Amino acid sequence: MKNRFFAGVAAVAVLSLPLIAAPALADVTIGVTVSSTGSGAALGIPLKNSVELWPAEVGGEKLKVIVLDDAGDPSIATTNARRFVNDDKVDVIVGSALTPASIAVAGVAGETSTPHLAASPVPPNISKGKWTFILPQDAGLIAKNLFARMKADGVKTVGYIGFSDSYGDLWVNQFKAIGEQYGLKIVAEERYARPDTSVSGQVLKLVAARPDAVFIGASGTGAALPQIGLRERGFTGKIYQTHGAVTFDFLRIAGKAADNTIFASGPVMVPEAQPDSSETKQEGLAYVTAYEKKFGAGTRTQFGAHIHDAMAILKKAIPAALKTAKPGTPEFRAALRDAIETGGPFPASQGVFEYKPDDHLGLDDRAVVLLTAEDGKFELVK
Amino acid sequence: MDAMIATFLIQDGVTSGAIYALLGLALVLVFSVTRVIFIPQGEFVAYGALTLALLDNGRIPPTISLLVCFGAVAFLLDLWDMRRRTDARTFLRSLGLNLVLPGIVYGIVTVLAPLGLPSFAKALLTILIIAPMGLYVYRIAYRPLADASVLVLLICSIGVHLAMMGLGLVFFGAEGLRAQPLDDANYTIGSLMVPAQSLWIYGSTIAIIVALYIFFERTLLGKALRATAVNRLGARLVGVRTQLTGVTAFMLAATIGAVSGVLIGPITTIYYDTGFLIGLKGFVAAIIGGLASFPVTAVAAIGVGLIESFASFFASSYKEVIVFGLIVPVLIWLSLSHTFHEEE
Repeated sequence: MKNRFFAGVAAVAVLSLPLIAAPALADVTIGVTVSSTGSGAALGIPLKNSVELWPAEVGGEKLKVIVLDDAGDPSIATTNARRFVNDDKVDVIVGSALTPASIAVAGVAGETSTPHLAASPVPPNISKGKWTFILPQDAGLIAKNLFARMKADGVKTVGYIGFSDSYGDLWVNQFKAIGEQYGLKIVAEERYARPDTSVSGQVLKLVAARPDAVFIGASGTGAALPQIGLRERGFTGKIYQTHGAVTFDFLRIAGKAADNTIFASGPVMVPEAQPDSSETKQEGLAYVTAYEKKFGAGTRTQFGAHIHDAMAILKKAIPAALKTAKPGTPEFRAALRDAIETGGPFPASQGVFEYKPDDHLGLDDRAVVLLTAEDGKFELVK
Repeated sequence: MDAMIATFLIQDGVTSGAIYALLGLALVLVFSVTRVIFIPQGEFVAYGALTLALLDNGRIPPTISLLVCFGAVAFLLDLWDMRRRTDARTFLRSLGLNLVLPGIVYGIVTVLAPLGLPSFAKALLTILIIAPMGLYVYRIAYRPLADASVLVLLICSIGVHLAMMGLGLVFFGAEGLRAQPLDDANYTIGSLMVPAQSLWIYGSTIAIIVALYIFFERTLLGKALRATAVNRLGARLVGVRTQLTGVTAFMLAATIGAVSGVLIGPITTIYYDTGFLIGLKGFVAAIIGGLASFPVTAVAAIGVGLIESFASFFASSYKEVIVFGLIVPVLIWLSLSHTFHEEE
């Protein structure tokens, strides 16, 4: 009887050894939370796919990557982020694909002093957070380039149609903030939702206002609905689309209706067309080639590229942080944060990141290109 | 706003209204016969539209594998029910219905899909794939609960809706698809340009309403459905098989859903989760019809379409608020004018 008792104690002790030993293994742990289901699935799935292209190790340390789905829901994103920090002891969190979920993750990251790379745009109060760094282009940067182009095209009055959510609001706010500097005036402001079956009413009102050009603030194939509607109702003027619309699925749906349209985009959609001197060409080509080799030709997206760029940053920042501390410790997380903030510039596929203590957006005009669509392909505007 | 814009808006409103009418009718049909508030109705629309869009691209739609899986699950459930006593007849019937039927559909579609069929044949093929799903959804999710309360059935519906939406994401992907129109001609009446697809929508809606009327008034099965709708217990006492009427109602609902999908697929971009919103608008119409009256539902659906269309012109940010706000006064009216009694 006694023997069995001791055997049991011994067994428990042996079994719990790995539990005690686990934190001592000094792998670099990365937690990724993306919306691979739910309304943001079109953005989240390419993000999730891109994680598969990450290298197995960086700076001689093995990478341990945990990917969780948050369905675009801020409360699930919060739970995921807490799990990363408490259970998995991650060194850095990446995600999410949708703004509300990213805001939630940023909250946990700030509270627990964990570096956070956000794969969606966030409002200014979040991007000023100490631990959060933003990967996508800021709306202000995109708007500046698009508005300058409108001015060059001689556009004075603009009809606006966008999503009836924060993405749609974003662009109206840009018009209010800096539109006047470019001599632009909004003559009609319309909204619609992605699952709407018709935008005829909104389009009629836009056309009746006779604007010089129409600006569409929508993303993915959802941006095609007003594009097609406007052309069906005989609008022949220029249409301007944000970087959210630059996907091959958009071109597939819009077809001929995508003519005479200017798209703002991150450079990753056209690395082949960039001049060799461009700092985004090498990383862009590397990402696009690897992604399309694995998931098929014409599958590249800007969303997925943010994940590649996160690794482009970490590849330089992790070795720098390893010099001062061991992974899995608060010191390492602090060192990693400092390395991301001051270790730039990081050339990546969507731009050249150079974060500063007062600027966690880190991108400049090199992160925006203007495109047109011809025969189902995007072409760089010279 | 001039007469020209108004006519455009009316045309647009009637077109969406006709689709909502089809969905509203299906909801009323299912509810009155089985007391199920059939939230997944919208998923059949999305499945139909996405299946048609994939057939247009010459691809084999993944819905056929889904159909086979549904059939297999239904067959296993039947086997479980037969574990105590089996007779050859019920076994063969179950085998035929749950395994052979989807097998045949699978075969037909894999042979025909890559051939580049005319668009009308593709539409028929789509309906052939989606319609039997109603049967299996009933068998798997609702038949075991046939005598449960309305609330339990509603909860079950939400489960089925979430499951079907998730399967839609797995099978069709997250991005939207758009099908080719059945006929891409345009007719000009005065200053109004009417696409042939809209005429197809009006025609099909009217045809389905007439067919439902004839079915309910003239056929024995239709009368059995009506009897079940009036009083389930009474219908059972006089020999109506309520399982049969339940299956029929779900088959009809799935067929109507597939037809709606085929009609709406070419005029807008459909996503795996679009069906829910379209279904909800049909639901608004069905509520206005008190979940009982077919003619009121049809008229209300056209009204919902018109209000939506005009709201999108005048106050596009508040469009959904206006459309869904419609049911509040209706519910108040219904709760004041009816005295409720618990069913059965």
